[in-house]
Amino acid sequence: MKKANDRIAVLKTYKLYIGGQFPRTESGRYYAALDAKGNKIANLCLASRKDCREAIGAARTALGNWSMRAAYNRGQILYRIAEMLESRKDQFIAELCAQGMSRSAARKETVGAIDRLIHYAGWCDKYQALFSTVNPVASNHYNFSVCEPMGVVVLFAPESPLLGLVSVLAPCIAGGNTAIVIAHQFKALCAISLAEVLNSSDVPVGVVNILTGNQAELMPWLAEHKDVNAIVQSQKDPSLLSDLRKKATGNLKRVIHWPVIDWHDTAVQSPYRITDLQEIKTTWHPIQQIAGSGSSY
Amino acid sequence: MSSIKPIRPALYSPSLLTAPPVDQTGVEERAARFTKRSIKGDSKMQGLLLTLSMIDLTTLEGKDTTGKVEQLCYKALHLHDAFEGLPTVAAICVYPSQVRTAKNALGGSAVKVASVATAFPAGQSSRSIKLSETRFAVEEGADEIDMVISRGAFLAGEYAFVFDEIAAIKEVCGQARLKVILETGELGSLDEVRKASQLAIAAGADFIKTSTGKIQPAATLPVTLVMLETIRDHYYKTGNRVGMKPAGGISTSKLALHYLVMLNETLGPDWMHPHWFRFGASSLANNVLMQIAKEKEGCYQAPHYFSVD
Repeated sequence: MKKANDRIAVLKTYKLYIGGQFPRTESGRYYAALDAKGNKIANLCLASRKDCREAIGAARTALGNWSMRAAYNRGQILYRIAEMLESRKDQFIAELCAQGMSRSAARKETVGAIDRLIHYAGWCDKYQALFSTVNPVASNHYNFSVCEPMGVVVLFAPESPLLGLVSVLAPCIAGGNTAIVIAHQFKALCAISLAEVLNSSDVPVGVVNILTGNQAELMPWLAEHKDVNAIVQSQKDPSLLSDLRKKATGNLKRVIHWPVIDWHDTAVQSPYRITDLQEIKTTWHPIQQIAGSGSSY
Repeated sequence: MSSIKPIRPALYSPSLLTAPPVDQTGVEERAARFTKRSIKGDSKMQGLLLTLSMIDLTTLEGKDTTGKVEQLCYKALHLHDAFEGLPTVAAICVYPSQVRTAKNALGGSAVKVASVATAFPAGQSSRSIKLSETRFAVEEGADEIDMVISRGAFLAGEYAFVFDEIAAIKEVCGQARLKVILETGELGSLDEVRKASQLAIAAGADFIKTSTGKIQPAATLPVTLVMLETIRDHYYKTGNRVGMKPAGGISTSKLALHYLVMLNETLGPDWMHPHWFRFGASSLANNVLMQIAKEKEGCYQAPHYFSVD
């Protein structure tokens, strides 16, 4: 009789996440994910520029609906992601351990990510009230400024495989943007597992797209793509940043740098992360008398 | 381009429709192989420019206004002025009531005006109404008529009725070239597509066209392949050429290039010309322009750098 551990191993295929689908890279390229000892644990897609283009197309399509949704509903969905992540905690802890993290660190990373999602879920319907203003002006105008999402945002994920990724993703989508996440090349397993969580959390198709691959290779294509509104770089390495800034000038993309050393630091979670990815729209509305009572707008 | 006047049988005869059954699996596999060709660099650019020149820029909405049609005509002539050397599209395709507007807006340019007619899109009306609508469109100045066949009659087996209808419309068209829309999405099988194509060609079609764009599925590669093969067989038999127009659902340049590959490998380079091949499309032009810009500038484009319609 066979013993239980004689089973043939069932290995997971890690694919990309584009427009609510899990396709392989169109390029057919792949690379190996390694554990701490250098043993291969999985194959990952080495995404190409065309995968990026598809992902950006999906994010652009999704933007209208996502940004127009009630802020409260966006909050509910972010909370739902946290719920789903909570119920699949063990999978993420195991994956982090496989990539070389200690069990306690893996647990801290996963729980931290869940709590961070809850934090930003709460902010979804509050930041507008805090950061929008009615401005005193010297003319007969009602003048107000409101936050609006920047649009399609590319996120270069940091090395922290889950907490770091969630910490850049959550403020981005909480503010009504849609995202293309380029996972850290060597810490990418959790990114694709997170895609499975997102896929079952009522996050509309295309709001988050996740690619694995070589960030440096994809950077120029993303930086020069005219349908991207902003790019977040969270690597500590400043050399990546100057080239990114240069290439992003073509369509005046915003380039935002979040160099974080410790993603567990609660200073990392802040509504200012949301407003970093917001444009401020100011409206001048002429005031006129609309009734004999003196009320006006 | 001059075409030999087709010698048409005056009357319908069942022998017009004899053909071996279509091997659906074979057609689908053959069509899928056309999508595997690698078209890069200069060939890609040539393909994109050819695609632009083959587009029938279409607006067929109940809400069409003269303003909308004039805007579309302007676009036909000025696809993207930032780039020099772009072709114009082949034609503007509108309802009969907008033909005059389009004709005036296009002035003396080479862009043709195509008009749908014959109770488009359903074709559910009397012969006399269809004839008078066609006559109206031609009198307004249409260079091309896109008619729909009576699918109900065709599916009921009244082939002689459909044949006579096409022949009667062809007569009213005069100098205008006649495109016959089979509405393949309603025909049910590739065998029926083949049969309808043969019927339309025998009755005098200058072009056969897949769809109205109002029914799903519209143009697909397998359906178009069956129609191209019918055209090829007709050419081998009679030496007369017929044009092809897939319409509906072709909105990306990549797909358009697949169609051109199929055209080239089925009918050969003689058909690679707007006189013999058209794309019925509204959003394809902008997608092709974005690809051309990508080839020229080296970076991916955004739709808002191009005209809205």
